[in-house]
Amino acid sequence: MQVLFIIAILVLAFVIIFQISKASEYVAVLRGWERTRKQTNRINAFMLLAFLVLGLIGVYLCNEKFKGRILGEPASDHGVLVDRMLYVTIAVTFVVFLITQIALFWFSYKYQESDDRKAFFYPHNNTLELIWTVIPAIALTVLVGFGIVYWFRITGDAPKDAMQVEVVGKQFGWEFRYPGADGILGKKYFKNVDPAAGNPAGQIWEDSTNKDDVFVEQEMHLVVGKPVKLVIGAKDVIHDVGLVHFRMKMDAVPGTPTTMWFTPKYTTKEMKEKTGNPDFVYELSCDQMCGKGHWSMRGVVVVETQAEFDAWLASKKPQYLVANPDKDPSKKNDTPAATTNAVAIN
Amino acid sequence: MSEVLNQQAAVTDGAHVAHPHEQAHEHHHETFVSKYIFSMDHKTIGKQFLITGIVWAIIGGLFSVLFRLQLGYPEESFPILETFFGEWAKGGQIQPEFYYGLVTIHGTVLVFFVLTAGLSGTFANLLIPLQVGARDMASPFMNMLSYWFFFLAGVVMLSSIFVHTGPASGGWTMYPPLSALRQAGDGQKLGADLWLVSMALFIISSLLGGLNYIATILNMRTKGMSMTRMPLPIWAMFFTAILGVLSFPVLLSGAILLLFDRNLGTSFYLSDIVVNGEILPNEGGSAILYQHLFWFLGHPEVYIILLPAMGMVSEILSVNSRKPIFGYMAMLGSLFAIAILAFLVWAHHMFVTGLNPFLGSVFVLLTLLIAVPSAIKVFNWLTTIWRGNIRFTPATLFAIGFVSLFISGGLTGIFLGNSTIDIHLHDTMFVVAHFHIVMGVASFFGMFAGVYHWFPKMFGRYLNNTMAYMHFWVTMIGSYLIFWPMHYQGLAGVPRRYLDKRGWVSFNDFADLDKMITVVSIVVFAVQLLFVFNFFYSIFKGRKVRTQNPWGANTLEWTTPINPGHGNWEGDIPEVHRWPYDYGKDGREFIPQTEPVSAQESKSH
Ligand code: HEM
Ligand SMILES: [Cu+2]
Ligand SMILES: [Cu+2]
Repeated sequence: MQVLFIIAILVLAFVIIFQISKASEYVAVLRGWERTRKQTNRINAFMLLAFLVLGLIGVYLCNEKFKGRILGEPASDHGVLVDRMLYVTIAVTFVVFLITQIALFWFSYKYQESDDRKAFFYPHNNTLELIWTVIPAIALTVLVGFGIVYWFRITGDAPKDAMQVEVVGKQFGWEFRYPGADGILGKKYFKNVDPAAGNPAGQIWEDSTNKDDVFVEQEMHLVVGKPVKLVIGAKDVIHDVGLVHFRMKMDAVPGTPTTMWFTPKYTTKEMKEKTGNPDFVYELSCDQMCGKGHWSMRGVVVVETQAEFDAWLASKKPQYLVANPDKDPSKKNDTPAATTNAVAIN
Repeated sequence: MSEVLNQQAAVTDGAHVAHPHEQAHEHHHETFVSKYIFSMDHKTIGKQFLITGIVWAIIGGLFSVLFRLQLGYPEESFPILETFFGEWAKGGQIQPEFYYGLVTIHGTVLVFFVLTAGLSGTFANLLIPLQVGARDMASPFMNMLSYWFFFLAGVVMLSSIFVHTGPASGGWTMYPPLSALRQAGDGQKLGADLWLVSMALFIISSLLGGLNYIATILNMRTKGMSMTRMPLPIWAMFFTAILGVLSFPVLLSGAILLLFDRNLGTSFYLSDIVVNGEILPNEGGSAILYQHLFWFLGHPEVYIILLPAMGMVSEILSVNSRKPIFGYMAMLGSLFAIAILAFLVWAHHMFVTGLNPFLGSVFVLLTLLIAVPSAIKVFNWLTTIWRGNIRFTPATLFAIGFVSLFISGGLTGIFLGNSTIDIHLHDTMFVVAHFHIVMGVASFFGMFAGVYHWFPKMFGRYLNNTMAYMHFWVTMIGSYLIFWPMHYQGLAGVPRRYLDKRGWVSFNDFADLDKMITVVSIVVFAVQLLFVFNFFYSIFKGRKVRTQNPWGANTLEWTTPINPGHGNWEGDIPEVHRWPYDYGKDGREFIPQTEPVSAQESKSH
C-alpha cells in the first residue's frame, strides 16, 4: 500500500515536472531564447557556487556525525600502523580535495559567460604542467614509501614465540584448531574430512603431532600481548578472515593456505571498558562473498590473559580423543566393544 | 517520428542524387529492416547501442533500488515484492540468494552492458567517423555484428533472470570456487552458466567493435587530419579500444576455463574442496589464478569505462568555456600513460589474497604511479575553465560534475592503492564508495554530458532544458549524498555485500544512514527515469535544431547536414587544416578545423 502511494506521488510529480518543462520552453521562445539562456546561465553558475559552499558544510557535518562511529582505538600493534598511515593519507588527500574542488567550482562561478569577457587563449604552459606532474609525484612517493615500510612490517615473518592457530572458513561458519602442547599443527588431508566420525578438520591421525590438537568452532581465544600467527584455509569456497578491531584481513582460499600475524593489545574486558560498551566483543567477519550466508558468517574472538587462556584450553579435549574415545585415558578403554568401534571409524 | 525519419530520408536521398558514383552511398532499396534494424550506418548503430544501454541501465538501476530497500529497511516487509518475485521475496522480504543475484546482475550489467557497450558503443560509433572525417567505419558489417552480439549477450543475461534457480549470484567478479560449484548455492547452477555464455558473447562483441574503431582511426582520417589534430574524444576512444582488444581475450580465457571446471570436470581453479558435505576429487588447481585473469581485464576495464568519458568531458569543457583545452599534448600523454599503467596494476585488487608481499609492494608502487597522470588531467581541466567564458549547457554541467567526482573518487584510490591501508579497507563499503564515485557515477556523468552535447547531432533536435537541469542537479546532489557517507561505513569496517547487519555488534551503527541512502537512491533513480522520458520525448517532439553548428564548435561533425544521411557529408569530405581547439584565438570566438590557417594568424600550439 505504502509502495503504491509512493509510486502514485512519483507519477504525479513526473506529470507536473513535464508540464512545467514544456511550458518553460514555450516561455523561453516567447521571451527570446538568448535572453532566457543567459539568465539560466547565471542561475546555474550561482548554483555551482552554492553547491560548493553547502557541500563543504555537508562534508563537515557528515564528519561530525560519523567520526565517533569509525575506527575506535586499534586493538593490535599492526592496527596502530594502519591507522597512522590512514590518518596521514586523509590529511594529504583532504588538502588536495579542498584545493581542487574549490578551484573547480570557484572558476566555474567566476568565469561564467559574460558579454564583457573574452575567453583567454591559453593552450599550454610547460612550466605549469611540469609543476603539477612533479608535486603529486613527490607526494605519492612519500605515501608509497611509508606504506611499503609498514606493509613489510605487517606481512613480514611472525616472531618465533608466536602462538599458532589454524582458522578455516566454510559455508557458513568458522573452525579453529590449536596445536596443543607440542606447538605443532598436525597434518591434514581434505579427503579425511568426516564430521560424523569426529574429524571435521580432516586430520591425519597417523601423524602423532595431531594427537594433542584441539578443535573448536565459532569462537577463537587469543592471549593479550602475545603474537599470534593464523594459518588460514577454507573448505569449500573463498572466505576472508576479517578482524576489524585489529585492522587485519586475509583471504581463506581452498587449496592454498595463507597466513597472517599480529599481537592483540587489549583483552576483551579491557575493550569493554575502553569503548564503554558492555556488549563489546571482537568479531570475526567474513569479508569475501561466499554464498547466501556470507552476511551472517560471524565468529567471535576472545582475548584474555595467559592464565585464562590456559584454563580454557585445558578444558578442551584434543580432537583425537573425541574421534577415538577408546584412546581416552580418562575413560575405561578395555571393553572389546569400544575397540571394535574405533577400528570401524578408522 | 515520421517527420524526423522523412527528413533523414530526404537528406540521404539528396546524397544519392548528388553522388551516385560514391561507393559509400550504394544503398539501394533501403527497407525499414536494413535501415533501423540490421543497419550498417555507424550513426544508427551508435543509437542502437545507446538505446539498448538505456534499457539495461533501467534494469540495473531498478535492481539497485530493490537491494537498497533491503539494506535500508531490513526489518520491513514489502508485499509488492512477493507479488512480483514470488518465493525469491517470500513474505515481502528479499531472500539472501536473490539479494546476491540482484547485486551480481546489477554490477555486471552496469559495468559491461551500460558503461562499456552503452558508452563506448554509442560514442565511438557516433563520433569516430564524424570527427575524423570518414563516411563510415572501416567495416560497417563487423560493426553491425558487434551490435548484434551485444544484443545476444543481453538476451542470454536476461533469460538467466527467469531461470527457476535464479541468476548468477557470485558477484560481478564471479570468483571461483563459489562460481564453479553448483553445490555452493542456487545461483551457481544454470544462472552461472548463462552468465558465462553471455560474457563470452559480449567479449566477441567488444572485440569486433574495438578492432573496427582502431582500424577506422588509423586508416580513415580525412585529408589533413593528422593524429595530433584529432579531437580528444577520438584519442580516448582509440586507447579504450586498444585496452579492450588486449585485455578482453584474457577474460574470455578465464571464463572458458571456468566453464570447463563447471561442466567438464577439469581442475583449473579447484583444489581440496569439501562442499556441502561432499568431498570433490579435484586437486592441484588454483582459485587465485582466476583472479589474476579476471583483474588483468578488470582493471583495464575500469579505464575502458572511464577514458571515453574523459575524452568527451575534455571536448565539452573546451567548447563551452570557449577556450582551448589546456595542454593538449599533456592530455594525450596522460591518456597514454594511463593506458600503459592500466595493464600493470591489476593485483591491487588482490593485496590480501595471500599474494607475495614483495609482489604486493611492486603493485603499490605502480598503482600510485597511475595517480600522477590522473592528477595532470584534473589540473588541465581546471586550467581549461580558468579565465574562460563558460556556457552552462546541461552538457557542461555534467562535465564539471564529472571532474568533481573524478577528484573525489581518485583521491580515495590513493587510500586503497596503499596496501597497508587496503588491509583494513579491502572488501568494505569504502571500496563500494570509491568505485561508484570514480567509475560508476563519474562515467555516467561523462555519458550524460555526451548525450546532451551530441543529441542534436543524433536526432536533429534538442533535449528539453528544464528537465535536463533538474536531472543534473538532483543527480549531482544525490550522488554525493549516497556515496560520500558510505566511506564512513567502510572506515568502520562494514563489509560489502552484507544484506542485514543487525546480528553484528561492530557493524550495526549505521541504520539511520542506510535508510537515508536508500531514500536518496530512489529519488535519484526516479530522476533518471525523467531523463529517459526526456530522451524519448525529445527524439520526436524536441525543439528542432536550425543551425548546423549549434554550439559553435570546431570539430568536423558540425560540418555535416543537420540530419546527416548514410555517408555523412553530402559533397566531398572536408579537409582539415588545424587542431580542433582554436577557441578564442586572435579575438575570434572559434575557428573550425576546416578553415585554412591564414598568414596573419598568430602562431601558437
Ligand atoms: C587514483 C587512481 C586509483 C587508484 C590508486 C585506485 C585503486 C584501487 C584499488 C587499490 C582498488 C582495490 C580495492 C580493494 O578491493 O580493496 C580499487 C578498486 C576499484 N577501483 Fe580504483 N583506483 C583508482 C582509480 C580508479 C578509477 C579511475 C576507476 C574507474 C574508472 C576505478 C575503479 C575501481 C573499481 C571498479 C574497483 C572495485 C572493483 C571490485 O572489487 O568490485 N578506480 N581501486
Ligand atoms: Cu563470506
Ligand atoms: Cu584496479
